[in-house]
Amino acid sequence: METTEGTKKKKITGSEAVILSLINEGVDVLFGYPGGAIMPVYDAMHDYYDKLNHILTRHEQGALHAAQGYARVTGKVGVSIVTSGPGATNAVTGIADAMIDSTPLVVISGQVASSLLGTDAFQETDVVGITQPITKWNYQIKNAADIPEAIAKAFYIAKSGRPGPVLLDITKDAQFGEFEYEYKKIDFIRSYRPLPKTDYSQIDEAARLINLAKKPMALIGQGVILGGAEKEALEFLEKADIPFAYTLLGLSAIPTEHRLNIGMLGMHGHYAPNVKTNDADLIIAIGMRFDDRVTGNLDKYAKKAKVIHLDIDPAEVNKNVYADVPVLGNVKDTLPLLTEKISPNNHEEWLQEFRALINVETQKIINKQINPAEEGILMGEVIHKVSEAFGNDAIMVTDVGQHQMMAARYFKFKQSRSVVTSGGLGTMGFGLPAAIGAKMGKPDRPVVLFAGDGGFQMTIQELGTIFQSNIPVKVVLLNNSFLGMVRQWQELFFDKRYAMTELVNPDFQTICKGYHMPSELVDSREKLDAAIKNLVEQDGPYLIEVVVEKEGNVFPMVPAGASVSDIRLE
Amino acid sequence: MKEMYTITAFSENHIGLLNRITIIFTRRHINIESLTVSSSEMKGVHRFTIVIEEEEALVKKVVKQISKLPEVLRAAYYQNDEIVYREIALYKISIESAIEKNLEHLLREYNARMVDIQKDFVIIEKTGHVEDTEKLYDILRHFGILQFVRSGRISISKQKKELSSYLSELPINEYVKA
Repeated sequence: METTEGTKKKKITGSEAVILSLINEGVDVLFGYPGGAIMPVYDAMHDYYDKLNHILTRHEQGALHAAQGYARVTGKVGVSIVTSGPGATNAVTGIADAMIDSTPLVVISGQVASSLLGTDAFQETDVVGITQPITKWNYQIKNAADIPEAIAKAFYIAKSGRPGPVLLDITKDAQFGEFEYEYKKIDFIRSYRPLPKTDYSQIDEAARLINLAKKPMALIGQGVILGGAEKEALEFLEKADIPFAYTLLGLSAIPTEHRLNIGMLGMHGHYAPNVKTNDADLIIAIGMRFDDRVTGNLDKYAKKAKVIHLDIDPAEVNKNVYADVPVLGNVKDTLPLLTEKISPNNHEEWLQEFRALINVETQKIINKQINPAEEGILMGEVIHKVSEAFGNDAIMVTDVGQHQMMAARYFKFKQSRSVVTSGGLGTMGFGLPAAIGAKMGKPDRPVVLFAGDGGFQMTIQELGTIFQSNIPVKVVLLNNSFLGMVRQWQELFFDKRYAMTELVNPDFQTICKGYHMPSELVDSREKLDAAIKNLVEQDGPYLIEVVVEKEGNVFPMVPAGASVSDIRLE
Repeated sequence: MKEMYTITAFSENHIGLLNRITIIFTRRHINIESLTVSSSEMKGVHRFTIVIEEEEALVKKVVKQISKLPEVLRAAYYQNDEIVYREIALYKISIESAIEKNLEHLLREYNARMVDIQKDFVIIEKTGHVEDTEKLYDILRHFGILQFVRSGRISISKQKKELSSYLSELPINEYVKA
């Protein structure tokens, strides 16, 4: 039987119960920011630093994104603690981001004393009401004795089934209250069924379609990573010899160099999988949700294909794309059932069709990005070089914008859980704090952040966190003095009317100096290799600011409202 | 094609759940025609009856989203011919017109009843479909209605196995077309 912290029948405060319960759930790192209504919990934490490493961020949004980064690379539940009122509202962006990207989080917010609830007390806000649409579950605790069960429930809900964020709001009197502490983990809630029943007849039907298909294509989503089904996915794909493409969040589930890899899906994904989506006779979607950035115009999506949709969330089936064969369940369980039923196959001819298009893209776009003829530095060449300098085996964190799509296109991966990016919500400012969390989660792996000059300034104060806690994050700041993605759209769809997208930036080198962040500026191509060498070899945190082409564009691109097969190369 | 659908959901009796369920509708700009929440036959389990006018494909998606909430035991949707459903209406009529116009005969004809008599007024109760309570309203209007109120819909399915019987079994958190 596992020992649980503090499970002796003695009276402790609600605050200490919070700390002990977190320890009992295996938490060793958490991210937060103190304040009035959460002070008792911080006071209790003060005696447990040997077991709980609390990282003090510079803003609650940073604490949330750090917890997300931690959760994404470890697969564990990320934990964040904030105070009431503005502390809680500052956490909202991170909670919403975790909700749409299925990231398991437990967020603990302080709340005014229960006697003051509803009185517009100082720093009171209805955080449970605010976060209802953006949490998997949330709950307000008004009695100390309810804390252990609520925390056990929070962890169970956050990590089981399709993961998501849970918020617990604890009133100040509940933090002070005393009770006899006992901790029991929860693995059952009667109203909650995280794993839907698999219909085995659908497995048979799916296997039949796969065996018949001449032009099958698999779409690898984050469900493969969340389910820990990387091996199962690989065995399935290799046995049936099916070309596969990743969603943005599915990247790294299978190593980039796999022969069946045909690239990334979506608006700024690769040419081959987008074009061939409307040529395929069978789409096998594995743990993905047919986001609009993946499908483009739904009326013109995968028109010749039957669709097999494997997912753990029944609400995703038929939400955007009709599934001829829905297979519910954890893909880690359902894929092996399918693999067993399918016949070994060979789709070399079909794969050659993808290779032909990959060659077109390589010549028309990739080579020009990696070996540019022009004088200005391009994002693609920087990302490509950084990826190689880390042996194509670093954890890639991104902010949001052009650099994010470029990073997704040009960075390469050897192992799973190597991508931390804000996919669904597209949260600028996500990158720097998420990189902090990722490094705390995987201290033995290099963590490299790509950020643009816009998003970087949304959470730039987290450089202070990096300094205070000495977190060796590697940062590549791709500075084009523009909000590049919006500018690209303005160029293409708004007659180059650059409304409010040009940035007059501070001297990032001076800012780095202020935060004691070792850094260097790369403003010409000759300096790039040496700077990347420093980035890789420096022991501690390091930042290189690369001045890139001001008006570079990300191509290919599926214009909004167009079919994926109408993807533009220029 | 838009049609009337009745959604039934069973949930834990927890604070905030009503809001969690209604935001699923408001987020998609779906107007709720009627909403009834009350305790079910099982202690601690609440029953939601929600009526909307929408296309079936959208109703399915909404029901799945409701089922997905960790505190919802089960949810299903029905068309009108799959359920027996009722609403209750109360009418307040002044005592003078009640005496004057032979109200008793009328109540028998419309299967309504008097539930309270005061010095100045009487209160009449009628259960039935909206059309029924409306019809009586139109007639009583000539009596002078002092006040009128109508409840949301309650319904029970025409299947032998009622949805609530699933509750005693292990609940399965998936969408059901009951």
